[in-house]
Amino acid sequence: MTDQERPIIEIEALSKAFSYMPAVRKLDLTIQRGEFVALLGPNGSGKSTLLKLICGLNKPTTGQIRIGGWDMPAEAQAVRAQIGMVSHKALLYDNLTARENLAFFGKLYNLADDGRIERILEKVGLSKRAHSVVRTFSRGMLQRLSIARALLHEPHVLLMDEPYTGLDQDAAAVLDDLLSAAYSDGHTILMATHQLERAARLAKRIIILSRGSIVHDSTSKMETIELAARYAEVTGAATAR
Amino acid sequence: MKTPFFKVMMAIIHKDLRAELRSRELVATMMLFALLSVLVFSFALELDKVAREEAVSGVLWVTIVFASILGLNRSMAMERENGNMEAMLLAPVDRGAIFVGKLAGNFLFAIAVGLVLLPLMSVIYNINMLTSWVLIVVFLGTLGVSITGTLLAAMTVQTRAREALLPIVMLPVVLPLLLAAVKGTTGIINELPITDWQTWPRVLMVVDVIYLVLCLLSFAYVVEE
Repeated sequence: MTDQERPIIEIEALSKAFSYMPAVRKLDLTIQRGEFVALLGPNGSGKSTLLKLICGLNKPTTGQIRIGGWDMPAEAQAVRAQIGMVSHKALLYDNLTARENLAFFGKLYNLADDGRIERILEKVGLSKRAHSVVRTFSRGMLQRLSIARALLHEPHVLLMDEPYTGLDQDAAAVLDDLLSAAYSDGHTILMATHQLERAARLAKRIIILSRGSIVHDSTSKMETIELAARYAEVTGAATAR
Repeated sequence: MKTPFFKVMMAIIHKDLRAELRSRELVATMMLFALLSVLVFSFALELDKVAREEAVSGVLWVTIVFASILGLNRSMAMERENGNMEAMLLAPVDRGAIFVGKLAGNFLFAIAVGLVLLPLMSVIYNINMLTSWVLIVVFLGTLGVSITGTLLAAMTVQTRAREALLPIVMLPVVLPLLLAAVKGTTGIINELPITDWQTWPRVLMVVDVIYLVLCLLSFAYVVEE
């Protein structure tokens, strides 16, 4: 199997417990390069924990994670270079401008200042605000800049933890477009969300977690109403979205 | 694949200085606190010359330590507020480089306060504190306070009572530094023979090195899970 054929994310028997409280239970998951996967589940189902385990912010209690063939956490530095993360928190400095923020993170990823900052700002539609201080940004602009930060080092995998939190309709639509563009560019996207409608529309594969285990994993296209029914069935949760 | 240590360190220092130049909230708070503290002590301790020479180094170091605590709390809160520490931890960087970068920024802010305090206290207390040996002791003492403070602030910033917790955790740890710094400064400004106080700058240097190694090794465990 060549590197390109090999799954980008390979997870085997992954468990994570916090003070003996299991958050992820013996989870097996394989994600191919270029997949757009939506991770659904009620609060406390283990979505955020799973993303933090994949990017190395949390360490597994047991089990194995391989990203692009590299073992986590043993080869964490190699894995980190391949991952971009967007969460509901901006992960940006309020007192720096958009450009200064990206330049700082560019240095942390040892990137050359080769015009990529200008290109990525153009891509997320923030070129005109490149020299504006981030604390003056709206929530939607912050999230766009957050995506620019996550994509700056051209990661293979884009992890997104509730990226739509706090966004209005227009900002959410802009984020939809950016995600679709990132998917078209070949990034593998793993997005934890509560928004079933968006998951049904954008993602090509839906995984539902409940109590730290995968209870649904399907690549077949589902309408929102169908997904909502399935979600309620496998999680026991009521949902209207 | 790992970003070079020095590059990460310089990026963090540069980022902290730039953010501070723009907001001026950290140094301004520290300076104002230091100024008020020195003035309050000067009114509270209406001392004769001899008693003043005994007490002034204590005033200097209490002010530096508490002003540093104010700065450290703010500096680490900036990393926590929008999840910025997480963003740094996601990058392929040595955790030690993050520690040294944050330490350098915190030290620069604290030493700036120390350097303003020395001429100010010389005037207010009518004692010459602007000697090269006092500067060396202030440099070494402030460095030690910044080393331990950077690690402990990274720990306490994750708790709810972080503002109150940092001084409670930090003061016992900096006690050896504080004792050596006060003894050394008192000996120098009282113009005692060098043999009476030369041990203290050496003690400060040794304690700084020990704390630096311990904090550098512990930082990854503190910021990572």
